[in-house]
Amino acid sequence: MAVYHLKTPISEEEIRKLKVNDVLYITGTIVTARDQAHRRALEYAKEGKPLPINLEGLAVFHCGPVVSKEGDKWIAVAAGPTTSTRMDIFEDEFIKNFKVRVVIGKGGMGKKTTDAMAKYGAVYGAFTGGAAILAAKAIKKVKDVEWLDLGTPEALWIFEVEDFGPLAVAIDSHGNNLFMDVAKAVEENRKKIYQKLGLQL
Amino acid sequence: MKTEVVENVAFNLVRQAVIYLPEDVKQALKKAYMEETSEAGKTQLKAILDNIELAEKYQAPICQDTGTIIFYVSAGAEVKGLDKVESALINATRRATKEVPLRPNAVDPFTQKNSGDNTGRFIPYVHWEIVPGDALELTVMTKGGGSENVCLTGMLVPGEGINGLKKFVIESVIKAGAQPCPPTILGVAMGGGADIAMKLAKKALLRPLNEPNPNPEIAKLERELYEAANMTGIGPMGLGGKTTVLGVHVEYAFRHPASFPAAVAFNCWAARRATARIHADGTVEYLTHKGKI
Repeated sequence: MAVYHLKTPISEEEIRKLKVNDVLYITGTIVTARDQAHRRALEYAKEGKPLPINLEGLAVFHCGPVVSKEGDKWIAVAAGPTTSTRMDIFEDEFIKNFKVRVVIGKGGMGKKTTDAMAKYGAVYGAFTGGAAILAAKAIKKVKDVEWLDLGTPEALWIFEVEDFGPLAVAIDSHGNNLFMDVAKAVEENRKKIYQKLGLQL
Repeated sequence: MKTEVVENVAFNLVRQAVIYLPEDVKQALKKAYMEETSEAGKTQLKAILDNIELAEKYQAPICQDTGTIIFYVSAGAEVKGLDKVESALINATRRATKEVPLRPNAVDPFTQKNSGDNTGRFIPYVHWEIVPGDALELTVMTKGGGSENVCLTGMLVPGEGINGLKKFVIESVIKAGAQPCPPTILGVAMGGGADIAMKLAKKALLRPLNEPNPNPEIAKLERELYEAANMTGIGPMGLGGKTTVLGVHVEYAFRHPASFPAAVAFNCWAARRATARIHADGTVEYLTHKGKI
């Protein structure tokens, strides 16, 4: 296990050094996107329209933050991750089109996303579910917000972060997926549990 | 009993619950961190402990999902003004949403509109129990959505007996995987009926982690299910490890001969609950969060 502190924009070469079980902290720019923002971003790509922000080398964060507005300034009050599996249907195209290097969320992602991360050079960083204040404290500034018409949880929040983490590298750019490994181990463990409890499979 | 006292106590309870984890949950998470052997799992537990500390320091909700607000009221039969308690709890919820603040989490399932203040038809939900005496005991549970999404009710085969229940619990934990933000607390119930089992399972989440069921046979089953759930290897946040659950609480009711209802209720590691007792003379005892108003 190695610990990496990376600054955005992150290059493909840098991200390819990371392996599952490594720990990553990010300084620079991360952008939130949930279901609706992923959908719209891919529509833009299809139509050849540019996104409001160039995501190349940045991190996309599956998060619907609690925000408050003081004067004309936005503040991120609580900003933990949401379940990433919902974005699985978009993420391979998202990575391919926008060249994000890190996807941040909780709960992991599937085979399609894992393949795209291997092909284009990206990793999945698992942020601890529920650790909303830890996340909010690493957000030094809300730089901007786009697509507010989608509602505050679904908008693109552009955060300036310092040492945002710890992110557990759970999918790397070499086809490894920690969540899939755990699922395989659980299958094996199930047999042992049934045996211990004297149950029939 | 004065309505404003009830409202103020309920407000304080919601605030305490979303900012401070109960001591037994904190201790269990610390113990899990000490004992976890998986590196990925340990990193997650460390982040959880850091987050708990930060929430207390900055007086901010532990998690951005401040949950659905559920009250359990244990009302002394001699308490006057019980008909006003429910509206006091609704007002307390509205105030807490603005002042703590909470995330607005009450959505009309028909129109999909969010009420914006955590109240709506049957929400906050109030469970009533009438007991002897002249005191009013209020408990709030603020229940996260991620762990609610994997709760399960099953009508098992009576012929399989307790083995059927064990299977049902293990399969529920495996199916839930990383989704309920493990390490979780499990409320398990059998008997009664589909609704009664889930009601008992959810109420079992209120029991402190260091209190096994007083029935030694049930306590043994709790221990067995706890060990089995932790053998799955799902681990903290599903990244692998030996801490998948912090505790298993089992309750039961007698069942119909033809039915074996079972329920598994999950609570995320941010197991938020708070209890206070209001006495007839208006004095208030905060039972779970002494000195944390």
